[in-house]
Amino acid sequence: MTEAATVAAHEYRGVPAWRRNLRLHGWTIGVWLVLLAMIPYWRSLSQQSFSFDIQALAIDALPLCFAAMAQAVVVISGGIDLSVGSLMGLMNVLSAKHMMGMSFREAIVFSLVILLLAALAGGLTGLVITVTRIPDIVVTLGMLFVWYGVGLWVMEIPGGGAPQQFFDLALGSVGSTVIPGALVIVFVALAVLWLPIRRLRSGLSIYAVGSNRNAAYLSGINVARTRIGAYMLGGVFAGLGGLALTATSGIGDPNSGSIYTLNSVAAVVLGGVSLLGGVGGLIGPIAAAYILTLSKTVLLIRGTDPNYAAVYQGLLIILVVVVGGLLSRKTHR
Amino acid sequence: MRLAEGAGDRPLRLEATHMNGDPTPLLEAREIAKQYGPVVALRSADLSIAPGEVHALLGANGAGKSTLVKALSGVVRPDSGAITVSGKTVRPSSPRQAARLGLSPVFQDPALVPDLSVAQNLRLTGTPVDAVRSNLTSMGLELDLRQLVDDLPLPLLRMLDLARALAQDPQLLILDEITAALPSDLAELVFAVMRDWRERGRSVLFITHRLREVIDTCDRATILRDGVNVATVVPREGGEARIVEIMLGPEAARAEERAAELSGEEAAPVPVAGAAVESAEAVLEADDLRLGAVQGISFTLRPGEVLGIAALEGQGQDELFEALAGQRKPEGGEIRLRGKAFKARHPYDAIRRGMVLVPPDRLLARLPPRAVRENVAAPRSNSPLRWGPIHVRDEGRKVREAVDALQIDVRAGRQVRRLSGGNQQKVTIARWLASGFTVLLCNDPTRGIDVGTKRQVYRLLRDLAENGAAILFFSSELTELPLVSDRVITIYAGRVTAELPGRAADEATLLSSMHGLVLEGSAA
Repeated sequence: MTEAATVAAHEYRGVPAWRRNLRLHGWTIGVWLVLLAMIPYWRSLSQQSFSFDIQALAIDALPLCFAAMAQAVVVISGGIDLSVGSLMGLMNVLSAKHMMGMSFREAIVFSLVILLLAALAGGLTGLVITVTRIPDIVVTLGMLFVWYGVGLWVMEIPGGGAPQQFFDLALGSVGSTVIPGALVIVFVALAVLWLPIRRLRSGLSIYAVGSNRNAAYLSGINVARTRIGAYMLGGVFAGLGGLALTATSGIGDPNSGSIYTLNSVAAVVLGGVSLLGGVGGLIGPIAAAYILTLSKTVLLIRGTDPNYAAVYQGLLIILVVVVGGLLSRKTHR
Repeated sequence: MRLAEGAGDRPLRLEATHMNGDPTPLLEAREIAKQYGPVVALRSADLSIAPGEVHALLGANGAGKSTLVKALSGVVRPDSGAITVSGKTVRPSSPRQAARLGLSPVFQDPALVPDLSVAQNLRLTGTPVDAVRSNLTSMGLELDLRQLVDDLPLPLLRMLDLARALAQDPQLLILDEITAALPSDLAELVFAVMRDWRERGRSVLFITHRLREVIDTCDRATILRDGVNVATVVPREGGEARIVEIMLGPEAARAEERAAELSGEEAAPVPVAGAAVESAEAVLEADDLRLGAVQGISFTLRPGEVLGIAALEGQGQDELFEALAGQRKPEGGEIRLRGKAFKARHPYDAIRRGMVLVPPDRLLARLPPRAVRENVAAPRSNSPLRWGPIHVRDEGRKVREAVDALQIDVRAGRQVRRLSGGNQQKVTIARWLASGFTVLLCNDPTRGIDVGTKRQVYRLLRDLAENGAAILFFSSELTELPLVSDRVITIYAGRVTAELPGRAADEATLLSSMHGLVLEGSAA
C-alpha cells in the first residue's frame, strides 16, 4: 500500500493563473472597456466640451451608481433587493425635507443619520427574510411598497431642499481640475465602504453565503447574520443613492426612486454579478451604471424617440450579457 | 512510510488500551434521537469513542450514520439525547462550535465554497493556512492555494477538506464517507492520516460502506440499523459476513433467505432458463457507448431479465443512465431498442418508446405538492391522444392498481411531499406501472429507503421481470445485487470489467471487479 501512496496520483497542475484571473476579473475589465469604447462615439456626436460632458455624465449617473452598488452587495450574498429604488426615494424625501435651511455642517451630520437609518431599514429587510424564511424577492417586493408609502407620508408632493455647498459636493469639480466631484464620491464610497470589507472575513462570508449556502454553513459561517449584514450594507448604498438624488435634483420627490430598482438589477447583471450569487464585485456594476446612463444620453443626442430608447437599452443589456456569457464559457473550458 | 509500520501490532494495542485502559471516553453520545417530519432518522443511538481509537460507524443506507455525524458536529440539533466530550456535557449548535470542542468533521458534501479560492476558504474558517499547506505537503499533494475551488477536481477537494479539518488539530476527526469519491492511492493517504492520528493519541470516527477499509484500519466499529446502535464489534479479518448480518438485520436476512428459496426453486432448470433467456431477442443493446466518463460500455438486456450494475461512485454509471433515459446524447457508440437504433433527444422520446427511468434523487422525479394520483398519472398524458379531458374512472383504476401493487402507504396525506421517503420512491416506480414500459432503468432505486420498503422493491422488480419486463438495476448497495439480478456487470473507469451470474455476485467478487482489479490483472 505504501507504493500506492507514493504514486503521485495527482500531477494536477491546475488552472493557469492568467486564466483564473481572466475568469475572476475578465467581466469587470470587459465592461470598463465597453464604457471606454463608447466615449469616443459619444464625444463625436456631442457639441459640448469634454469637461462639461464628463461632468454631466457623472452627475446623471450618480444615483444609479449607488443603486447598482446597493443591489450588487445583496445579489452577491445570494439575495435580490427590489426595495432599493423606493428606499432611495424615502431617503431622498427625508433628507430634502430636513436639510432645508440647515447649515452645510448640519447637513453633513444629518447625512450620516440618513445613512444609519438606511442601514437599519436594510437590516430590517434582511431580518424579516432570515427569520421568516420567506424568499428575498417576496419580502423585498413588500418592502418596496412599504418604503414608498412611508416616503409619501413624509412628503406628499415634491419639495424641500438642501444647502448649496451640499449640492456642490455632487455638482462641482475637485479643486480646479476637470475631475467631477460626483465621480470621486462614487470611488470614495467604494474605497471606504466596500474594498476594506471585501478583504475581511465578513466580506468573504458574503461571497461564501451567496456561492453555496450549505458549504458556507458547514464552514462555520453564521449565514443569517451575514445575509442581514449584506442587506444593511446594501441599505447604506441605497441611502447614499437617496442623498445623491437630493444633491443632483435639488429637491425631494417620493417618486424619484422608482426607476432605480429595475435599473439597479440591469446594472448588476451587466456588471458581471451572477444573479445566483457569489460571483462578481462592485466595480463592474459601477461601469455598467455609467454605460446605461451614457447609452441613454447617446440615444438622446441622436434624436431617437425616448420611447424607443428603452427598447435599445434593453437589447443592449441582453446583447452584452449574451456575448459576455459566450466569452466566459470559452475561457471556462 | 513511517505511519504504516504501526499497523501490524494494532490488535494487541487495541485490547490493551481500549478494553481496559482509559475509563473516560473521548466522546460519548447517548440515546441520540432525531426526526425529520414523519421520518425517523435516529431512534436512539449510543456511541462511545476512546482516546487514540479509530472507530468505524457502519450501517446500511438510511441507518442514521450521517444524521449522527451531523448531530455530533453541530449541523443538526438532536431531538433528545446527550453528548459528552471528555466527560463534559456539550451541545454543539453549529459546526464552528463543534470545532471549538475539538470535533472536526469532513462531511460527505465538500464544505468548500466554490466561487472562492482555496486560500479565501481557509481564511473564511479561520484555519491557519500554513498548517493546511504543511498537511498537504506531508500527504504529498502540491496545490496552489490561489486556485478557485470550482476549478479543482472532487478527489482533491476531499483531501483539502481533510487537510483543513486536520489543521484545526481536533481531538476527534470525523470522516463521513470520505473515501467514496477517492481513487485508491488517495484513499491510502487518508488511511495513513488516520493511523498517524491514532499514533498521536487522537481519535477518528470513520464512516464508510467498504468493510475492507474498516477491517484494515479500525479498532472498533459501531453498527447502526434503523436509527439504533445494534452492536459494537472489533472488526477482524474474515468478520465481514457477520458485520453484514448485523447491519442488515433479521428482516433483510429473511429477504436473503427468501431469495435463496427462490433460487432454490429455480435451481434445477436454471441452465435451461438461462438458455431460454439467451435465445430471447435482446430488448436493449448498448454497443461501445461513450459519453463523459463512459469509455465504451456494451451490454445486452433481454425481456424477463434484471441486469444488475455494480460500480463505485462516479465510474460512468450516471452518464450511462442519462444516455439511456434520453437526457444526454452519447458521444459515440450506439443504443438499440428492439433492434432499432435509439436516438432520444429528450426524456420524452425515451419514455414514448418505453424506456423509463427511476432516478436516485426522488426530488427530480416528483411533483411534491401534487396528489399521489396526479404524480402517478402524469406520464399517461404523454400521448397527444390523451390530451383531452381526463378519463377519471379509467385513470383512477390504473392508479389504484399501481398503488396497490406497490403497497404505497398513502395515509400520510394527499400530497406526495408528505409521504415518507420510501413511499415517495414507490410513487416514482408506480408512475411507470400505470403508464406501461418496456425497459425500466433503475438508478439506485433503494437509496435512502428503509429495509422493509427495500424488500418490497426487490420483490416488485422480480415480479416485473417474471412478467417479461427488462430491467437495468444499478445499486450502491452491493448486497442487493444478487437478490434481484439475473446477471451483474461491474463498471470501473467507464468500462465493463466483469460479468457475473446474479448468484455469484457476492460482495468480495464485486468489489474486486469494481476496483478494476480484474481488468488490471488481465492486462498485466
